[in-house]
Amino acid sequence: MRRYSAFAVAREAARYHTGWERAWRSPEPKKKYDVIIVGAGGHGLATAFYLGKNHGITNVAVLEKGWLGGGNTGRNTTIIRSNYLQDPSAALYEKARSLYETMSQDLNYNVMFSPRGVIMLAQTEHEVRGYKRTAHANALQGVQTEFIGPERVKQLVPIINLEGPRYPVLGGLWQARAGTARHDAVAWGYARACSDMGMDIIQQCEVTGVRSEGGKVTGVDTTRGAIDCDKLGMVVAGNSGPLAEMAGFRLPIESVALQALVSEPIKPCMDVVVMANTVHGYMSQSDKGEMVIGGGTDGYNNYTQRGAFHHIEETVRALVETFPMVSRLKMLRQWGGIVDVTGDRSPIIGKTPLGNCFINAGWGTGGFKTIPGGGWATAELIAKGEPGPLAAEFGMERFIEGRFIDESVAAGVAH
Amino acid sequence: MLILECPCCGVTGEETEFHGGGEAHLKRFGPGSADTDFENYLFMRENPKGVHLERWRHVNGCGKWFHVARCTVTLEIFGSYSAQTLEPPQEIKDAISAKRPGWSWRDFS
Repeated sequence: MRRYSAFAVAREAARYHTGWERAWRSPEPKKKYDVIIVGAGGHGLATAFYLGKNHGITNVAVLEKGWLGGGNTGRNTTIIRSNYLQDPSAALYEKARSLYETMSQDLNYNVMFSPRGVIMLAQTEHEVRGYKRTAHANALQGVQTEFIGPERVKQLVPIINLEGPRYPVLGGLWQARAGTARHDAVAWGYARACSDMGMDIIQQCEVTGVRSEGGKVTGVDTTRGAIDCDKLGMVVAGNSGPLAEMAGFRLPIESVALQALVSEPIKPCMDVVVMANTVHGYMSQSDKGEMVIGGGTDGYNNYTQRGAFHHIEETVRALVETFPMVSRLKMLRQWGGIVDVTGDRSPIIGKTPLGNCFINAGWGTGGFKTIPGGGWATAELIAKGEPGPLAAEFGMERFIEGRFIDESVAAGVAH
Repeated sequence: MLILECPCCGVTGEETEFHGGGEAHLKRFGPGSADTDFENYLFMRENPKGVHLERWRHVNGCGKWFHVARCTVTLEIFGSYSAQTLEPPQEIKDAISAKRPGWSWRDFS
């Protein structure tokens, strides 16, 4: 792999850009791999990358039924933060956030990580207390956050209306080192690094069955033939349920549609990310100038990758109160992704009832921010067969043991 | 947007008039049950890509709960029926079979 650098840009400019290599190979699948990862989204590719980088396992295939990064990795609002209440979540999300800081250098691929800061608005007394508690918890966990008053919120976000008619802004939870990154670049960067380590990324290869023998996984059937493997990693977000069914077990997961939309590009007006969980809306401004807006989930099981229109209306209505300028914005595009939501709104990284089959799922509305951390933890799990310290608390058995990582109350609905 | 019919009051309305209540026909387990039964009842879900039987409540109407048979891929509604039953009535099963031959959901087909 030729490294990307300023010198490479100059060299290629001098020869009319004829020398750029393909970022990753598209090989035919081999008969057998040590590890097969199903799902070439952010988490799947990150898992493959850390399998190679941290554990030296490079005979790996990443299978993708569509195109690389075309699921939720390409459909989120790119927010990265780690201000979670519970210790296991804070550790995992903070690991991910810190890996984002050096990701461009690690992958030699510009993921445009922008630690611009995230404010979660407190718009009820309940939220004020909740966020103060989170700020204290974060202080103990070593995650830098602070509770700020309305004046400081206004200073950070001049376009905000503090005196909203329904929900005035009473303060906010501010994480200065949180931010955004270019979501496609994260998937592309990992894919390029994985391909460089000799891993096969096989797109348009849908898994149609999971084969097992004596309670252990032996391979998968795909639309491009059967492929054997020693270990299988399922990293398919919204489609975890159907894939688990192929492997013969059920999951404590329901799949719902989550929508986002972007406005026309406008001049720079907001250089932080603002989340308003009480009214279900969050907004940031992309480098192109579009306002990137995310809302709530539809309240029913759904695999359509689009959402109901009235949810957009609710989101925009809430944002118009908090940001009056939104009322004059034209919206360009709207889309939906299928998110897999667990009972306690925390992810599942762990073993499954099928031997040598591991799962990374249940990220719900907050998968993008954890891509490097989730990949790191899942790679450790697959390599060693047992979860490491990051993933230890996130096994599926927590539901039967009653050991929930209850973030549904702690972090609000929007992630 | 989904158009649902409430079998309790007979009103047909769009989605905002109703509220989804998740999977239908869950068997409840109380104190003294086995841990796995409790886990299945509280957390494990069918989450199918296809025919789904689910609970809805007519919140901005009569306020009653009822059941709906719906496809999670096409969002097609096969029919709604009373919640006072342990399994979908035959006409609902027939309506699903007409459009999804060979369907199954838990023990129903």
